[in-house]
Amino acid sequence: MIYIDKISPGKHLLQGNEACVIGALLAECRFFSAYPITPANEISILMAKYLPLVGGTFIQAEDEISAVMSAIGASWAGVRAMTATSGPGFSLMQEGIGYAVMVETPLVIVDVMRLGPGTGQATKSGQGDVMQAIWGRHGDQAVIVMAPASAQEMLDFTIDAFNLADEYRVPVIICTDQIVGHTYETVNVPHADEIKKVKRREPRENEPHFGGDGTKVAGFPTVGKGYRVSVTGSTHDEWGYRKTQDPEVHARLVWHLVKKIMENADKIFTYEIIGKDTPKIAIIAYGSVFRSAMEAVKRLRDEGINVGLFRPKILWPIYEKALEEFLSNAEWVVVPEMNTGMYVREIERLIDRRKIVRINKIGGGVPIYPEEIIKKVKGLM
Amino acid sequence: MKKIEHPWIGKYLRPGAVPSPFCPGCGNGIIASAFIRAVDKKYGSFDNFVFVSGIGCAAWIPSPLFYADTIHTLHGRAIPVAMGVKLANPKLNVVVISGDGDLVSIGGNHLLHAARRNLDILVILVNNFVYAMTGAQVSPTTPLGARTTTTPYGNPEQPLDVCKLLAQTNANYVARWTVYHVFDLEKTFREALDMEGFRFIEVISSCPTRWGHMQKMNTIQLLEYFKENSIRIEQVKDPNDTQGKILIGVFVKRDNPGFIKQLSKVREKAIELWRKKMVK
Repeated sequence: MIYIDKISPGKHLLQGNEACVIGALLAECRFFSAYPITPANEISILMAKYLPLVGGTFIQAEDEISAVMSAIGASWAGVRAMTATSGPGFSLMQEGIGYAVMVETPLVIVDVMRLGPGTGQATKSGQGDVMQAIWGRHGDQAVIVMAPASAQEMLDFTIDAFNLADEYRVPVIICTDQIVGHTYETVNVPHADEIKKVKRREPRENEPHFGGDGTKVAGFPTVGKGYRVSVTGSTHDEWGYRKTQDPEVHARLVWHLVKKIMENADKIFTYEIIGKDTPKIAIIAYGSVFRSAMEAVKRLRDEGINVGLFRPKILWPIYEKALEEFLSNAEWVVVPEMNTGMYVREIERLIDRRKIVRINKIGGGVPIYPEEIIKKVKGLM
Repeated sequence: MKKIEHPWIGKYLRPGAVPSPFCPGCGNGIIASAFIRAVDKKYGSFDNFVFVSGIGCAAWIPSPLFYADTIHTLHGRAIPVAMGVKLANPKLNVVVISGDGDLVSIGGNHLLHAARRNLDILVILVNNFVYAMTGAQVSPTTPLGARTTTTPYGNPEQPLDVCKLLAQTNANYVARWTVYHVFDLEKTFREALDMEGFRFIEVISSCPTRWGHMQKMNTIQLLEYFKENSIRIEQVKDPNDTQGKILIGVFVKRDNPGFIKQLSKVREKAIELWRKKMVK
C-alpha cells in the first residue's frame, strides 16, 4: 500500500487543483490524460507524480482532443478516467464530450476557468465558461456540471463526479475557476475506506447496451469482456446498430440521453442555503463568487436584513422546484457572476426578470468583493 | 430453397450487419476478408480484439461488421480512443481501421504521435486517395494534378507518403500493399498482429464509385493499375526514385520497446523513488 504524506488521511494545506487530484485518486481514477494549459497544470503535474505509484496511467496528450478521446477509450476499457483543462482546451474537447454523451460514457472533465475569449487573460479567474459547460456541444444533449467553491470541495466534488458519471453513464464537468484551483486551504483528506463509491453496473444477460426510455440507465458493456459491443457516435439502436435514417430511433435515443439527466434533476441537483430559506432579498452565487456572497450575507444578517443566499453546488441539471421555493418570497434577486451575465439567464426563466439585479465583473481576475454585494443589496432597500 | 449462411457470420461478422454497406468494386471487402483470414489462422477468434475506427467508408469495415468489441469514434479520433483502451487494458489486441481522410488529414497529429510513442496498436490505413463517403473531395493522399470534386481543375497539392513519413519515426512496423496484392496483405497482417509497438499497414484500395468515377476508371482498371504500377521495395535501389510507381512491401521492421513497456518502466521507477522516500 502506497503511503504519501499529502494524500494520507488528515488535514493538509492544499491548492484546489491538488485537492482535485487527491479526490480523483481516492475515487480510484486510474487514467488521466491532459495537455498543458494554465491554470489547470497542477492537476497534470500531480497526476504524473502519483498515478504511476498506484498502477495508473498518466499521459500528456498531443492536444486536448486526444486528451478527452483517450480518457473516453480508457473508460470503455473499464477504468475510471479524467481529463483537466481550461477555456481554450475545453473548447477543443467539446466534440469529444458530445461523443461521450452520445455513446453514454462515464467521464470526468475538469475545467479550471480563466478569462476568455481567445487566449484572453490566461492566468486570471473568471466564470465565462458556465454556458459552454452546460451547452457547449452540438445537438440535443444533457450533461452534469458541478461548481466547487473551495479546495475541500475540489476533493469532495471530484469523488461525487466519478460516482455520478458511472451511475448515469454521462460526462460530468467540474466547472471550477482559477481562484478555487489556485487558493491554498486546509483540506480534510478522508480515509479511503470512508469513500462512497458507486460501482459501474455490468449489463444483465440480454440487456441492451445503450439507450432506454429515460428512466433507467443501461449497464455498461466494458470492452474486452465478451459483450461484443458496437459503440457508435452515429444514431444507434439499443444494441448499437447504426440507424442513420430512422426518425423514431433518433428521437428515442436522444430523448433518453436528455431525460436520464433532466428527469433525475431532483436526485442529481444539490445546493445549500445560507441565511433565510425564503428571503425578501435573495442572492444566488456559485463557485468562488459564492465565498464572497457568503461573507456578504453574514454581514447583512448581522444588521438584521432579511437576506438569504442560494448556492447551487451543481449548475446543471437544475432542480427548479428547490430554486422556486427559495425565491417564493423574494422581492429582489441579486446574481453576482464573474462574467457578463450567464447563469442569471437560468434564474430569469423562473422569476419575473424585473426583480433580478445583476453584478457582473470581468477582467484581471479581480474577485467580486463582499462589499460590492452588500452595497448592491442596500441600494435595493 | 435452403438459405446458406457464410460460416463467418456469428463468428467474425456481426449478425444483422451483413450484407455490408460497401459499393460493388470497393476494396473494403478484400481488406476485411484478408484481415479475418489472418486472425483466423493466428488466433482462431476475435476474442480479446477491440476495433476502433473514425469516420468514413473504411471505418465501417469493423463497425459494426466485425463481431467483436467495436468503437466507432469521431472523425479523426480513432487513435486517441485506441490509446485509452490499450493503456487501460494492455491485454487487449487493439486495431484501428480507418481511411486516408480520417487518419492522415484530420487525425494526422494523432497518427504521428502514436508512431512516435511506439504505441502498441495496429493501424490499418485504407487509402483510396479521396474522401469517398462525403463525395470525392481531395485528400492528403490525392496525387498531384488529380481531379476531385474540390479540385475540379486538378489537385494543386503534393500528396503525403505516409509510409515514408512513419518509417522515420519510432514505429516498429510500416508496410504498404494494394488490394491487388491480397496474399502479401494477409501475410503482413499475420506478421504485424502480435508484434510489440506501433504497427502501420497502408492498403491502397479501389473506390470505383468516387475515385474511379472521377478518374474515369472502373474496378478492373483500378486493380490493373495497382498491378502494373506497383514496385516492390526490394526491387528499387533508391526508395526516393520509384518513377511514379507505388512502392509496396515492408518499409520498416524493428523491435524497439513498445509504449506499454516504457510505461511500466515509469511505474517501476516511481515505486523505486517512493521507497527511497523521494516522492513527496
